[in-house]
Amino acid sequence: MRRWLTFAWIAALRFLSEGRMQTGFILGGIAIGVGVIVFMSAMLTSVQTNFTNRVLTSQPQIQLKPPDEVARPLRRHDGVVEAAIVQHPTQRILSLDQWQTILSSMRGRSDIVVATPSVSGSALAVRGDASRSIGILGMEPDDYFRIVRMPDYIIAGEPSLGTDDILVGIDLANDLGATVGDKLNITTGPGGSRILTIRGIFDLGNRGANERNTYVQLRTAQSLLNLIGGVTEIDLTVVDVYAAETVAQDIGAVLPVKAESWIVTNAQFFTAIWAQTLSSLLIRSFVGLSVAFGIAAVLIVSVLQRSKDIGILRAMGSSRGKILRIFLIQGGVLGFLGSLLGSFMGGIALFAWYRLARQANGAELFPLVVEPSLFLFSALLATITGVLAGMVPALRAARLDPVEAIRG
Amino acid sequence: MADLLVLDGIRKSYNVGTPVETEVLHGIDLVLKAGEFVALMGPSGCGKSTLLNIVGLLDRPTSGHLFIAGEDTTLLAEAALTRLRGHSIGFVFQYHHLISAFTARENVIMPMLVDHGRPDAPMERHADELLDQVGLGKWRDTRAMNMSGGQQQRVAIARALAMNPLLVLADEPTGNLDTASAQGVFELMRRFNLQRGTTFLVVTHNHELAAQCDRIIDLVDGRLTGDRRIRAIDRVSRPG
Ligand SMILES: Nc1ncnc2c1ncn2[C@@H]1O[C@H](COP(=O)(O)OP(=O)(O)OP(=O)(O)O)[C@@H](O)[C@H]1O
Ligand SMILES: [Mg+2]
Repeated sequence: MRRWLTFAWIAALRFLSEGRMQTGFILGGIAIGVGVIVFMSAMLTSVQTNFTNRVLTSQPQIQLKPPDEVARPLRRHDGVVEAAIVQHPTQRILSLDQWQTILSSMRGRSDIVVATPSVSGSALAVRGDASRSIGILGMEPDDYFRIVRMPDYIIAGEPSLGTDDILVGIDLANDLGATVGDKLNITTGPGGSRILTIRGIFDLGNRGANERNTYVQLRTAQSLLNLIGGVTEIDLTVVDVYAAETVAQDIGAVLPVKAESWIVTNAQFFTAIWAQTLSSLLIRSFVGLSVAFGIAAVLIVSVLQRSKDIGILRAMGSSRGKILRIFLIQGGVLGFLGSLLGSFMGGIALFAWYRLARQANGAELFPLVVEPSLFLFSALLATITGVLAGMVPALRAARLDPVEAIRG
Repeated sequence: MADLLVLDGIRKSYNVGTPVETEVLHGIDLVLKAGEFVALMGPSGCGKSTLLNIVGLLDRPTSGHLFIAGEDTTLLAEAALTRLRGHSIGFVFQYHHLISAFTARENVIMPMLVDHGRPDAPMERHADELLDQVGLGKWRDTRAMNMSGGQQQRVAIARALAMNPLLVLADEPTGNLDTASAQGVFELMRRFNLQRGTTFLVVTHNHELAAQCDRIIDLVDGRLTGDRRIRAIDRVSRPG
């Protein structure tokens, strides 16, 4: 007997170690349940973290654009609409009105980290016989690359831009058969055409972006799109990425601009995350529930098997409360040990998955995000579940009539 | 000599308030003196175990009063009864009910552990002394389930004495043993009774063993029908 243990602990641990088969099987069951929960949670966090990181480092968190041009229907003096069918006007490429003022006021806000102007429009990239329609984005690299981590995505060449340079995506480069140092003829509707040199090739991990996105200096784009001195948008990053929509609405309310946050432009992504979180929460709760039922079932059987022992302990002067504690402790210990085993199994499964599930080229699918708090949390939760599951058996044990129990 | 145990009109009915209500004990009046070694005899089903359970505070009488060392236990709440039971009463049951998951020594320590909450060296020493006295010093680390019936019953006696109780209640302690082991177990109880002055109330069907007691009480159909004193108790009362 361990000297530092109390009566209830000594009895609980001995009963558990004595029923080796039962204890072993239920520990296995709990471990599998906890393992599944750990694996699923780590997976979900990893997918979400990686996706969020990717989204957040490849696009601005808020974009300020000129408001949509709308056609105002004619009204007579009494308010009746005269022309009922209103045609939506064509959206010209317009410069943001007063953009310098807006920019400096953005830079003055404490909830905004980076604010930088950019110009975007479409163009045609021609090299030899091949031509592709592209979007060109002109920006100031020093600031803009703090929003979109272009240097991280460059796979050939470098992310430095002169006035006659351009960065293109890997798929566009392949389509045009061009590599770093090659020249492209960029033609736009309003601004004519220019010859630009490919400085770098990037891979944003998205085919559409790799085919269409190109990056040039702000001035280059201004001249190509015939917007000298103007910008089409201001790109922002904010301190709290999840508060971006609130910030955007705040800006839209005070300035004559259209402010779009990444939360709105990626609404689908958030719906997917929400659905995923909800379904995994459901699965985890049901796994937890079945673990709890398992513990309760095993302890109920144990109470029946040990009813004579319980009767004797009561005859020796142990109170109902002490008997109750013996079985609650058993539940808690089962939950705790099961969760240790389960965390270990979940950890191994994660490691195995990480080693085996690879992209075609052998690179990792995405980095795993495994936080120690996950294991702590599941151990805590499993222990509490165990104690709660032990409640019914423990009450049953405590209510046993010692006379009945001893007569057996 | 002081009255250790006083039963005053003890009645016990089962299934009270239902059509099958049956009275098992019909008003038992009985006094046990401190230090007595008493045999309780009677045919099967007459209520011996029922009476022992009431005296042992495991069950409550339907009516009547039970005094232990002058205290009216019928007035006590459950928690107080449990404490009194732990401190003052030791049990030996017919089927040598040890806790099979524990060793001989751990079984003997158990009543002390229940009382003190944590094991300590004096408890272990005391348990070892008791096991030596019942002749099982070498078996102290053997699991209860690996011992013979006679050995288990000796451990049960050591356990019943662990808290140095006023009263030991034994319900057919030798009912499952062969003649030789039965005599051995009986002598052991008798020896503790003489050495320590502990009062014993022993249910038995064995007339030979009963004849070695101080007093024989007969219970038939829930009524006391005989009370014979076989020998006077002339020894000193219980030390301490
Ligand atoms: N819980 C109960 N409910 C109903 N009747 C009971 C209950 N317990 C005991 N009885 C009845 O009370 C009577 C006395 O039982 P008890 O066990 O005290 O007899 P006993 O003298 O110990 O018999 P034995 O020598 O066989 O052990 C019996 O008729 C029994 O059927
Ligand atoms: Mg009986």
